[in-house]
Amino acid sequence: MIIAVASGKGGTGKTTVAVNMAICLNEPVQLLDCDVEEPNCRIFLKPDIRRRERIVLPHPVVIEDLCTSCGECSRACQFNAIVSLKTRPMVFPSLCHGCGGCIKVCPQNALAEGVREIGTIETGIARQVEFVQGCLDVGQTLSPPLIREVKRRAARKGITIVDCPPGTSCPVMAAVKGSDYAVLVAESTPFGLHDLKLAVETVRRLGLRFGVVINRMVSTDRCVVKYCRSEHIPILLEIPEHRAAAVAYSRGQLLVEAVPEFRGLFERLCCRIISEARGKEEGPAVTTRGKIVGTA
Amino acid sequence: MKITISSQGKTLDSAVDPRFGRAAQFILYDTEAGSYEVISNTQNSAQGAGIKAAETISQAGAQVLITGHCGPNAFNTLKAAGIAVVVGADGCTVGQAIERYRSGRLTASGSPDVAGHWQ
Repeated sequence: MIIAVASGKGGTGKTTVAVNMAICLNEPVQLLDCDVEEPNCRIFLKPDIRRRERIVLPHPVVIEDLCTSCGECSRACQFNAIVSLKTRPMVFPSLCHGCGGCIKVCPQNALAEGVREIGTIETGIARQVEFVQGCLDVGQTLSPPLIREVKRRAARKGITIVDCPPGTSCPVMAAVKGSDYAVLVAESTPFGLHDLKLAVETVRRLGLRFGVVINRMVSTDRCVVKYCRSEHIPILLEIPEHRAAAVAYSRGQLLVEAVPEFRGLFERLCCRIISEARGKEEGPAVTTRGKIVGTA
Repeated sequence: MKITISSQGKTLDSAVDPRFGRAAQFILYDTEAGSYEVISNTQNSAQGAGIKAAETISQAGAQVLITGHCGPNAFNTLKAAGIAVVVGADGCTVGQAIERYRSGRLTASGSPDVAGHWQ
């Protein structure tokens, strides 16, 4: 089962939810950090990295002796990565998405396949969690191919948690696609609500089952709660605003370990998500609401 | 000689469009005939707009491009197509830009004047 942890807005707590869930699960669990532009699950899980693989993306290379400058390659490319003027085609590898279309349409077989490196995939173990993360190279702009490579390493058994990049564009699509359930992490602010709506639109279009976790919940702003109720979206958990949580986060500690009261919340969250993902009939929306006593 | 100018409008009185790749359109001016035609730049490229625009004006037969700014990918494509690139012509009309080029106050550039979006 693949559970994607996503959000519209950045910085709402995707990684916090992903890593704390991974640690609380009582079955074989794998965590894929697909936020390849800035993977940060490792800060909290401190994995022992055992394998590093360089990931490459193909791009066309012109064989000048065979090319007749017909321009078919240029017309096939939707990304302007190969352009045919009166001369031989020019290739811009940094714009190439690696689809191979130009190579297929070339009537002279005058295009060979070269490759460029775009990033690294690191695999390791963090306690009982099988850990995989993608790291996009500095200066690269094309993250979806690397994200897809990370996802190809998803285990067939047990639970796979995917920590997604923020936003609602191509990298998020690449990360969320094929999941059995999406957890949307939101903060209860007008900005958080605005971006949550975009994320909801995205997962609905993909036809995914999903629910919302509200992070740093303060009782004064209930805009996200109201929205979820009006849209019949299950609120899976409300994580209360709590100073000890912020302190633990800033030190790279897991919430469920630094603040013991959080463990129960995340264990219940895991159970709830697994039962929702396994397609249990949706009952009345029962929200696990964190009640933590102490200095807020 | 055919000169292409990136333009915000469709006449010689239109303002020069400072952008090349995403210019509203191009004016193709024929210096021998003293006439011009409008070339549309209708493209919806997510990336590489400068490369696409260079291909468009190359196919139209341009030998010189006058524009505001030009990045590295567009510049290299234009160079390969044998088109001289004149930058810094923003803030005037298309007609004025042609006049400045013909009088030698605007000259071809040897390199792009702005950084690329993707490098």
